[in-house]
Amino acid sequence: MSWSPSEREQARQKTRQKIARKKIGVATASSIVVLGTLVIGLISSPGWQVVKETFFDWAYGREILHLVAKGLITNITLTIVASIAIGIIALGLALARTSRSAALTPFRLLATAYVDIFRGIPLLLVILLVGFGVPALRLTGVTNSVIVLGTIAVVITYSAYVAEVIRSGILSIHPSQRAAARSLGLSQTQTMRYVVLPQAFKRVVPPLLNDLVALLKDTGLVSILGVTDAVRAAQIQGSRTFNYTPYVIAAILFLLITIPLTRYTDRVLKRSIEKQNAQGSA
Amino acid sequence: MNVLEVTNLRKSFGNEVVLNDLNLTVPEHTATVLIGASGSGKSTLLRCINLLEQIDDGEIRVDGIEISDPQINEDEVRRKLGMVFQSFNLFPHMTVLENITLAPIKVHQTSKDEAIMQAEKLLSRFDLLDKAHQYPDRLSGGQQQRVAIIRSIANKPRLLLLDEVTSALDPVLVNEVLAIVRDLKQDGMTMVLATHEMGFATQVADEVCFLKDGLILERGTPSQVLENPQLPETKDFLKRVHEAGRL
Repeated sequence: MSWSPSEREQARQKTRQKIARKKIGVATASSIVVLGTLVIGLISSPGWQVVKETFFDWAYGREILHLVAKGLITNITLTIVASIAIGIIALGLALARTSRSAALTPFRLLATAYVDIFRGIPLLLVILLVGFGVPALRLTGVTNSVIVLGTIAVVITYSAYVAEVIRSGILSIHPSQRAAARSLGLSQTQTMRYVVLPQAFKRVVPPLLNDLVALLKDTGLVSILGVTDAVRAAQIQGSRTFNYTPYVIAAILFLLITIPLTRYTDRVLKRSIEKQNAQGSA
Repeated sequence: MNVLEVTNLRKSFGNEVVLNDLNLTVPEHTATVLIGASGSGKSTLLRCINLLEQIDDGEIRVDGIEISDPQINEDEVRRKLGMVFQSFNLFPHMTVLENITLAPIKVHQTSKDEAIMQAEKLLSRFDLLDKAHQYPDRLSGGQQQRVAIIRSIANKPRLLLLDEVTSALDPVLVNEVLAIVRDLKQDGMTMVLATHEMGFATQVADEVCFLKDGLILERGTPSQVLENPQLPETKDFLKRVHEAGRL
């Protein structure tokens, strides 16, 4: 059967289009006025020329781009290596904290203490402690490489953050799922492995992606140890010429990764919320 | 032979006594139906039998073995028992087939092919074979509960515990679930069910127990308890169920 809108509906559609056009017009006009005023105000202000030369010297920026970009590779490598180590350690900590086995009691206590301590200390402090403190011990067979020590420091702190995210995921699984699994004869370990963890992981993917973005940015902190990452590379160039364009370049490079990653995180989060709501109504 | 023997069972939550000196015997191939208002202790009794709750006193025996012994291997006990919940509790991240084969493969060491074959046999028997590879959230409530029942009988339990399996369902979906339970009863499955469906209780029950405040006040055949109740409490309960249009 074919359906064509009634005259009344056709008239309504026309009115809706008219209202929509008017709204677009208003939005465009107000955007031009507000943003235009801001731009003109900025450019015509007396200090603009100096600001432009100090922060946005694009010719100079292009010249040092490859140096900062090379530094950023260090940040990315460090992020990838660290995130793998963090994932493994954090999962262990979360499992230790949520286990009820008597034999694991000491591990449960240790894991709780670990998380409490390293979640509560500034990352920069851990980087300084590990990066400068470990070499001061003069241990044989232990590396003095600042990049390795810096990575270890980041892993130490982020494992505590991520362990809490995973643990909250585990605790968010409804006890009835556990009861159903145990009723089928599955052991504690099997219940965790086949029923609880797979569901928990799905729920913590969005917050973990958030942590990944934060991790990438925080790898910039290891520059304090002298690691030539993007921040350090920009600093070296900037202090040579007293021009701050390298910092802006570094910022832009970070944004090129973090903005798409956060957008992606938002999408994953939205999808997982939609899925959970659909499940709730089923 | 008695599959289940419950003697002087007592269970309380804090100051509230939920089960009070309760006795119950379930012979092989029989169905015992627990009736009573919400909060009368039906679900708690089933959860105690399944070791999901720790009892305060008394004794529970399955096939003559005391399962209320604290040294008992809980996993081994549960392997012999099947439990179906009011809220289905299917695993949402697994397909219907994976839900059913998980325990046979991981707990009962059945080979994967064998477990899948058995599961498909059960699914086709209960008209659900076309849902084998779907996720639970794509199924209706009645279908989900039927899958949950199949999941628990795939382990070939000695005793099946059914906790108000139709209470969360649309009235039109209730019958397809009850039909399965009726089939299982005909197969000779030993079971204990808590239900509000009195008509259904009449059909499957060998014994009906009326619970109030954690005590079995009246017990007997369906015709004795449901049609000819002796105690005023039972009469009152049945009258209220009748008024609610569920008789």
